[in-house]
Amino acid sequence: MEFGFTSEQEMLRKSAREFAEAEIRPRVRDMDETGKVPMDILDKMAKLGFMGVMIPREYGGLEMGHIARTIVLEEIGRVSAAMANTLQITHLGISPIVTDGTEDQKRRWLPMLARGEKLSTFAVTEPTGGSDVLGIQTTAKREGDEYVINGRKCFISNSHLAGVLGILAKTGEGPKGLTTFVVQSDSPGFRPGREENKFGLRGANTGELILENCRVPKENVLGKEGDGLRIALGTISNVGRPGINAAALGIIRSCLEEAVRYSKQRVLYGKPISELQAVQWNLTDIYMDYEASRLLTYYSAWLRDKGERCDAENAMAKFCATEAAVRCAKKTIDIFGAYGCMMEFAPQRLLRDAELFISGAGTSEIMRLVMIRKVLTLA
Amino acid sequence: MSRVNCIVCLKPVPDPRRWSELALDPITKTLRREGIPSLLNPLDKHALEEALRIKERSGGTVTVISMAPLTANDVLREAIAIGADGAVLLSHKSFAGADTLATSYVLAAAVKKLGEFDLLLCGNQSLDGGTGQVGPEIAEFLGIPHVTYVRRIDVLDRGAVRVERALEYGYMVIEGRMPLVLSVVDEINVPRHISLMRISDAMQAEIPVWTSRDLDIDSGRIGLLGSPTQVADLFLPTIKRRREMITGAPDTVSKLLIQKLRELGVL
Repeated sequence: MEFGFTSEQEMLRKSAREFAEAEIRPRVRDMDETGKVPMDILDKMAKLGFMGVMIPREYGGLEMGHIARTIVLEEIGRVSAAMANTLQITHLGISPIVTDGTEDQKRRWLPMLARGEKLSTFAVTEPTGGSDVLGIQTTAKREGDEYVINGRKCFISNSHLAGVLGILAKTGEGPKGLTTFVVQSDSPGFRPGREENKFGLRGANTGELILENCRVPKENVLGKEGDGLRIALGTISNVGRPGINAAALGIIRSCLEEAVRYSKQRVLYGKPISELQAVQWNLTDIYMDYEASRLLTYYSAWLRDKGERCDAENAMAKFCATEAAVRCAKKTIDIFGAYGCMMEFAPQRLLRDAELFISGAGTSEIMRLVMIRKVLTLA
Repeated sequence: MSRVNCIVCLKPVPDPRRWSELALDPITKTLRREGIPSLLNPLDKHALEEALRIKERSGGTVTVISMAPLTANDVLREAIAIGADGAVLLSHKSFAGADTLATSYVLAAAVKKLGEFDLLLCGNQSLDGGTGQVGPEIAEFLGIPHVTYVRRIDVLDRGAVRVERALEYGYMVIEGRMPLVLSVVDEINVPRHISLMRISDAMQAEIPVWTSRDLDIDSGRIGLLGSPTQVADLFLPTIKRRREMITGAPDTVSKLLIQKLRELGVL
């Protein structure tokens, strides 16, 4: 077993952290107050290669692997979970084109996505189904050389930003009746709808997609008709959940640093509160949550880099890291006392951001359902 | 406009967040840096950025050099990931303990070995030593002019350069012919970030390590033994104020105060 990072990975961490501190940190408060997405920062990230981390080199990407992606997202998430979410969702949208796209599809979309000319997302959830994927009602009917898609998607991250989107729609009934389409935002009949006003991850865009007789060429089918469920669940398991894990890890890291820094400075009863046992227990709890989440998150990334199937591990890391992020943010607020409840201090934002990750890419309850399939094979 | 080839001197400095852990070796009086991470001297980042901008405008190459322990490899690879074309590390135990003169002597020898260049850029001073001497000393060893506190560089036609040298109030405009040594200050530019796209190539780049045997140098002029100055001590000064209260009628107090100030040599 090798628990260390390579020099290349350390350089990656350093560069992501320096970028986050220099470019994102000064804008975090503004993002949280206004909810506006800083497109100029995304543009800078694009030019430095952040969007193309998972795209093969031959299409202009960095082909860096899952551990590398986790490092980049953790460092961005440490400063802004909202920014990390926008980035990880773009990776999510890109992923099925890499795994299931034809050569023609890859050449058509991956280079522009690697350059960050367009952002991306993957849209599954509808009012009738998110956890219940088979409950979606968006339909895609074949007409000649096109498909006509009708439906609405909700709670889609990057809904109003993405130029290249993966959309899951029904072409038939049952599990084999779902198909994944690549839809460009300038397609006729496609438009973003309502934009949500979230209490957390503010500065990341979430909203509705409306497809009204949206026409896409048959060449935009990923895989073939009926592959949609496999592609969607595989992408969400291998890219969506891990992206959230990394961002949640960044939140926990931020909680640890904020809590330690504050408790060393805050003097009560004539000494820093870091010397009070009750505070020390909270600090060590946050530390244990960070290290445990870190190990699970990087372990599942390591498995994916080896090409191993690891849905249970992805789900376990998602459950643990996101639940830990909420727990640690609450503990950090408690350490800050009344200051923790004030908007000008970071801990309240960390809690608000962390809570949004519980339901994204599958709730904690769904993560248990994913894990149980493996658990029942263990004896 | 013809191509401008730049050399940039880089120095790894101890992370200032860990300076409280630094100590001097009691015998050699050299800085013990083991276990303290280094980072690229902040002003050297500005020097590298300026070299890259000159390359983007005029063409040419950017080579970075550093005289440092082998761990400086990380800082040189960082420079390549930022955009430098190549790097050379000067590292040998005989270089250790060098003051600015011995350091500049070795760096100048390496620059001579690298061959012809147009501009040598460095940060005006390092975060740790802060002397600002190495740039001018290299220039003297090379027999070429230097300008310090450079806040702007414009490459002109026919091998000429126009620079602005920052003063306390305002700046001085100086024109010169290349080759030149220029020490830059932070107002010259905003350094670019490491590009993720260059990290992989930077980690695989070959960085030659030159020792004393690879350079045309006099061994008596390098390292601790070649240093006419030596660090005597490294300490964090504590400022203690003496306090004395004088009470009484205003007349008495003012007379006593004048007497005391005269005794202390203030008046």
